[in-house]
Amino acid sequence: MTGYESLRKLSQESSLNNLAENKTTVLDKPTNAFLASLYPFMKKQIDNKRHLSVMTILFLFFAWWFVTFIGWANPLFLPSPSAVTQSFVDVAVDGYQGSTLLEHVGTSLYRILTAFFFACLVGIPLGILMGISHSFHQVFNPIIEFYRPLPPLGLYTLLVMWLGIGESSKLALLFLSGLPGIIIATIQAVSDINPNYVRAARSVGAKRWDLIREVYLPGAGPTILTGMRISLGFIYTVLVAAEIVAATAGIGWMIWDAAKFLLSDVVIMGLIVLGVTGMLLDLTLKLFGKIVMPWTAVRKM
Amino acid sequence: MRSEYKVSEPKGSINITDLGMVFKSRDVTNVALQTTNLSISPGEFVCILGPSGCGKSTLLNVIAGFLKASEGQALLDGELIQEPGPERSMVFQHHSLLPWKTVGENIEMGPRLTGDLEVEQTVSYFLDMVGLSAYRDHYPEQLSGGMQQRVGIARALATNPRVLLMDEPFGALDYQTRLVMQENLLSLWDEFKSTVVFITHDVDEAIFLSDRILVMSSAPGCIIRDIKNPLKRPRDQLISSDPIFIKLKRECLELIRAQSMTKLNIKADHQRPEIKP
Repeated sequence: MTGYESLRKLSQESSLNNLAENKTTVLDKPTNAFLASLYPFMKKQIDNKRHLSVMTILFLFFAWWFVTFIGWANPLFLPSPSAVTQSFVDVAVDGYQGSTLLEHVGTSLYRILTAFFFACLVGIPLGILMGISHSFHQVFNPIIEFYRPLPPLGLYTLLVMWLGIGESSKLALLFLSGLPGIIIATIQAVSDINPNYVRAARSVGAKRWDLIREVYLPGAGPTILTGMRISLGFIYTVLVAAEIVAATAGIGWMIWDAAKFLLSDVVIMGLIVLGVTGMLLDLTLKLFGKIVMPWTAVRKM
Repeated sequence: MRSEYKVSEPKGSINITDLGMVFKSRDVTNVALQTTNLSISPGEFVCILGPSGCGKSTLLNVIAGFLKASEGQALLDGELIQEPGPERSMVFQHHSLLPWKTVGENIEMGPRLTGDLEVEQTVSYFLDMVGLSAYRDHYPEQLSGGMQQRVGIARALATNPRVLLMDEPFGALDYQTRLVMQENLLSLWDEFKSTVVFITHDVDEAIFLSDRILVMSSAPGCIIRDIKNPLKRPRDQLISSDPIFIKLKRECLELIRAQSMTKLNIKADHQRPEIKP
């Protein structure tokens, strides 16, 4: 927890105490004033901690630059930061093998997000049903548990034989690698719901479908979101494998293709682009979670 | 407004006949509730008093429909109780408000699901009743324990139940808050007059609230005494110095003391005691 978060938590708690009945405010107010006086200091502390992350990145860049600059690394395998930046500009402007960087990224993101969307569409309802009903769990669990540990490439060969080398086998592979994470998180989330919430809802007239809408789905929401984030990560890890076969565009394909020609600057550039888009997508998911589940933000304050 | 909540003719009679509850696991059979017969009149405020593990929660959960009895049956106004329903809404020991719903949304759920035509008015009315109109958009975790439990009571009442079931609702509150909540509950009940079955292990609470006290004993659980409470209403906490209150308290304490003594005897003699009512 950063200093800023703990400060907000503390001030939130004391203001809640003020609101709440039967609680003296005598003790809280000085604490509040004390905290307020600390505020500028703590704010500075946050910036310091943010600095740590920035410093990590800067250090890595410096180390990278340093070893290439003094010639410890063979530029064939580890090109300099400037070479990678140059390849970024080149691919962004002129493209790589017929597609610009934006097109490569766009193609990959389309595949990732389509697969992710369908993984959520299937995984969340299935996970909820499996979490609620023991029979559902028994029916579907063997399938999921069997294919989950299969290596994606092994699965891929079969998918290519069934669905051809086109787009559908790629989407199917990404979908299948994203699915178990969501399902397992959802099952766990549903079975972790306090049974008293279910009883309270039934006691005021909730029937089966009401319970799913009013209790299971929102109650499982935060853990499902975590499952979604993990699942998106899985889809990312399988991307390069999915784009190896018969692709002409996509960031994963670009990396694979560039590696064949030892274009390590393009490979590294592609990996950085992959990493950054992945982080941005994850942040988007977290933000989405805060908007859809406002109560989680309240609790953390 | 909402005059239909001021119930003119009391409803919500409960009839329990030969009800027994046995929990069986692989090699242990645990009799949670001995064969019990009980009849509660409409509009009666009944407190079930007993130590923890005496089966009072089991009895309440059967009435609520959360548990199926091993033998016998429970009837509400002549109808067999088979599953939970909004006509027997429950207030839980730990408030059990849904944390993802605001105070208003928690209260609103029952009326909406039971097809109340004026959900909005119902919610405002009950928020007002428990004095929490200003907290409508707060989340439960932002409220104090007493306020949370008031929302829990408002949520249960908002379905216009024939029977209000309360499972040690004030057990987790501090002493002062508990006293205030007891008075609050009585003034609410004056308005609604639904039947109340209230579980507690607090003798003062049982006497202060009830028309009738059922004292239970444990292992196996059964009702050992059915005490009429003649204290006049309206009541406030000062009633605890009333001679009738003290007499009732003495009677309850004696029963509970006798139970504890027999329990000790069990250990000394290694034999099952006969509990004399």
